[in-house]
Amino acid sequence: MGEASTQKHISIKVQTKAAKKRKEILAIIGFMTPALIIYGVYVIYSIFMTFYYSLFDWSGIDNNFVFQGLENYITLFQDEVFWESLGNNSLLVGASLLTQLPLGLIMALLLFSPIKGIRFFRSVFFMPFLMSTVAIGILFIFIYDGNFGLLNALLEMIGLESLQQAWIGKESTAIWAVIATVCWQFAPFYMILFRAAIVGIPEELYEAASIDGATAWHRFKNITLPLLMPIIVTSAILSIIGSLKYFDLIYVMTMGGPNNSTELMATYMYKQTFTNFNMGYGSSVSFSMFIIAFIITLFILIGERKRRGVE
Amino acid sequence: MIKRIKQMPLYVLAIVLLLFTGLPFFIMVNTSFKSQLNFMTSPWSLPESFSFSNYGLLLEIDFFRYFMNSLIVSVLSVIIVIVIGAMASYPLARLKFKLNTPLFLLFMVGMMIPIHTTLIPIYLLTINLGLYDTIWALIGPYVAFALPIAVVIFTQFMKEIPKELEESAKIDGCGHIRLFWNILFPLLTPAVATVAIYNFIHIWNEFIFALVLTNSSDVATLPLGLREFYGEFTINVPAIMAALTLGSLPLLLVYFVAQEKIVKGLAAGSVKG
Repeated sequence: MGEASTQKHISIKVQTKAAKKRKEILAIIGFMTPALIIYGVYVIYSIFMTFYYSLFDWSGIDNNFVFQGLENYITLFQDEVFWESLGNNSLLVGASLLTQLPLGLIMALLLFSPIKGIRFFRSVFFMPFLMSTVAIGILFIFIYDGNFGLLNALLEMIGLESLQQAWIGKESTAIWAVIATVCWQFAPFYMILFRAAIVGIPEELYEAASIDGATAWHRFKNITLPLLMPIIVTSAILSIIGSLKYFDLIYVMTMGGPNNSTELMATYMYKQTFTNFNMGYGSSVSFSMFIIAFIITLFILIGERKRRGVE
Repeated sequence: MIKRIKQMPLYVLAIVLLLFTGLPFFIMVNTSFKSQLNFMTSPWSLPESFSFSNYGLLLEIDFFRYFMNSLIVSVLSVIIVIVIGAMASYPLARLKFKLNTPLFLLFMVGMMIPIHTTLIPIYLLTINLGLYDTIWALIGPYVAFALPIAVVIFTQFMKEIPKELEESAKIDGCGHIRLFWNILFPLLTPAVATVAIYNFIHIWNEFIFALVLTNSSDVATLPLGLREFYGEFTINVPAIMAALTLGSLPLLLVYFVAQEKIVKGLAAGSVKG
């Protein structure tokens, strides 16, 4: 009698456990499905489809699909404009790392210095990041204008009329003018990241260093900088990835011109796809961007893991 | 006094940076109040008389519609991201199952994918769905590309909520759905603010999807509208500056009202990403 009731008890327990498990599986499916569908369709599926389209010769406007294997990639390797745009992307990566991050850091440090009106300075420093890129692009077209641009007016003020020129109209200066604008736009963003990280550094460290007679420079080199290292790595990743996929400002300001001198991979992809109607070839440019970004991210992450391992 | 002199270099540096970041803005706003003639004769002076006629011009050309299109798309996308992102994070943070880590990583990878890699298939898909050239075309891609950061932030945040809360709710017979909506979701508020701010700024200013997925001017979002306006009024610089000022105003206003929150949200969003 007693045995039977225990058995019954156990079987009920097993049943409720199974029911619980079933409920949990249903919950997992129910809760995750909406996100997985949208993400799966728009991101995952699209990446595979980009690769698939890149294997065809296809205009995108008719049904004339011609499978040609890796032909598009072979053409791409011999395409001078693609190499030029990859070069410009690399230039942008380098310039972003060398100007945006240091400028962001300087602005962030300044916000902790004993000057008056910090709130005002911070608000203005941050404003460029909130503007839409299209607005920035149009604004800077006028700043760089050869006839009445602000930059030329400023040069005249300080007696450097000889440098006056149509900054984005000339091949030699266009890319630098555009890169400077990108830096103007994004330096404030890194300021915000660094500022948040500096707030997190314990005050006592600085107090102790001051008692030991450390100068401001020493305190920065031995306390601030090492403690900021993780955020600097994060910023570097963001800056590199951002520079590799950059599009908006170039499209608005120069459309990649004059004569491809400001062409980036993304603008080249856009032109091939939506202006020249080479959807197959455009897809191969686009997929190459993905591969390049993927490999670089992988390298940074592996490097970062090694660095952490050493410490 | 000596202290003041010592601080001089700091002030100089601060003012140089202030000019660097602020001067383009000042020029933009300043020019927007000028007449065309005033601009031609002295492009850099203060306006001879403040005139709002350039802003009046904007109201004639559907600026309000661009603004509404942007607002609808941004708000809807952010709401959807928050709801389905938080939902997806619940199993990832609180339930144990085999695919837990792989699924989380799948979302995380999304943060490193250049959106341009998906542009062509999304363009074709949008045409096939019959959404091309409507503002609804934009919501799918905006939600999809905002999801990774939302899922990562929500999952990390939800993991830190003490398990005891759930245990007692479960004893009371609370199912997964009620547990999530009534108990966990309200506790996510700080994370919701971060996700909302971070994504709103990016979606509000988004350009390339809007450029590719819409075509006619009555569905244009603000960035596209600005560009269209620029194309039409190339010679009328003050009017263009008025458009740029008005187009930048909404985010700037929000920023001045909720500065701390926005700064924190952006920093948290990026570092976690």
